[in-house]
Amino acid sequence: MTDEQKSLAPANPKMTARDVKVFYGPKQAIKGVSIDVDMDNVTAFIGPSGCGKSTFLRTLNRMNDTVASARVEGTITLDGEDIYAPSMDVVQLRARVGMVFQKPNPFPKSIYENIAYGPRIHGLAASKADMDVIVEKSLRRAGLWEEVKDRLQDSGTALSGGQQQRLCIGRAIAVEPEVILMDEPCSALDPIATAKIEELIHELRGRYAIVIVTHNMQQAARVSQRTAFFHLGELVEYGVTSDIFTNPKAERTKDYITGRYG
Amino acid sequence: MAEHTIKAFDDEIDRLRGLIAEMGGRAEAAIENAMLALQRHDKVLAAEVVADDRRIDAIEAEVEKLVVEVIALRAPMANDLRDVIAALKIVSVVERIGDYAKNIAKRVPLVATNSRTVEPISLLPSMGQVAGEMVHDVLNAYAARDADLALAVVERDTVVDDFYNSVFRTLVTYMVENPKTISECAHLLFIAKNIERIGDHATNVAEMVYYAATGKTLPERERGPDIQMED
Repeated sequence: MTDEQKSLAPANPKMTARDVKVFYGPKQAIKGVSIDVDMDNVTAFIGPSGCGKSTFLRTLNRMNDTVASARVEGTITLDGEDIYAPSMDVVQLRARVGMVFQKPNPFPKSIYENIAYGPRIHGLAASKADMDVIVEKSLRRAGLWEEVKDRLQDSGTALSGGQQQRLCIGRAIAVEPEVILMDEPCSALDPIATAKIEELIHELRGRYAIVIVTHNMQQAARVSQRTAFFHLGELVEYGVTSDIFTNPKAERTKDYITGRYG
Repeated sequence: MAEHTIKAFDDEIDRLRGLIAEMGGRAEAAIENAMLALQRHDKVLAAEVVADDRRIDAIEAEVEKLVVEVIALRAPMANDLRDVIAALKIVSVVERIGDYAKNIAKRVPLVATNSRTVEPISLLPSMGQVAGEMVHDVLNAYAARDADLALAVVERDTVVDDFYNSVFRTLVTYMVENPKTISECAHLLFIAKNIERIGDHATNVAEMVYYAATGKTLPERERGPDIQMED
């Protein structure tokens, strides 16, 4: 590793945020965040509870639209296109920018239907054979195929927690997204299921731009190449993960990652 | 620096730093006593230096064990990680410094200076003092996480190197003129080389301290022409 901070200018920015502010009613949750999300690297958002990392993540596919009191200012683009422009189709946006949540939330339907639902409503499969291909491909990419191929008609909710979460990742993948947002995807999982998700993230890198919010700093260190530290609604520091964890520039980052916070 | 939320982590870091301070103090004393024993031809003091080296070795082992534990149990990050890694590297170098002091002490009985025939021996105490001060300062720099003090130690290494070159030339000249003293002078040459190596090692420690304190590595030093003789 060289001394010089490795260049952060993403070779291939997938999404850009400029001076993004989020308000919940009168309360400002995000205070002017600018960041580029790289296509080729996994980006981790870390920070203490209430720092705004999840709120900011949710601006990237307009999930905050579902919160009545939320208001977003600033500019966020996907491939240069303003995602908050009136012409933007939010349903299409969320197909392009998929999301995986903290708790696995499979539909109370079969494993097959969990994967097939998205492609069907988006009209991605012309026939049952097409759909079978999509389901298998998605489950393979989610690292779940071998475990479930003989029981695709079983209920998705009958799977273990880790399998359910991989099913949810498979469901997000099925609609051919470009970006996958993960909001603490492993916080409800045991270490082995967590390791499988982390390995999956590693395999998916490059194919999708991936942003992961995590409370587990070791996880951020393990899975990401870029790390952003949020505190009190501000983006305090954004850098190459190995730099952030060996030589953070900001005092607040250092205190947080070394366990001196609060 | 602010305390860790987990206080036991602070206790372990404190213990690590305490052990290194003790080890450094002992290495420094070993250099001083070895040089004193050489000047006074004090075989008893020389034997003490040799015996005391065991404690330095024991501290090295203790620090290694503690560092492995801290990494395994605390997963240190950022400056903590750099501190702990530096500790691991520093103790192995300080252990070597202790060995050089021991090696000097071991030669004391072999340098028959009853008649004080060898003049160049007069340069060695000053040389030893500079090297001892470098060790002293570099461990203070570690304790205070003082990158500037570490840099000052690095810069002082040329003084020791100059001393070495001067002692080398003087001893060679002396041996040519007084072939009967060759055996004794050879021991003195090794002693000079040992002190020179102590200076190099103190410099290495300074580089580690600089990295631990700043997160940056020092650029490779310009090395002057050196009379290289491996010991």
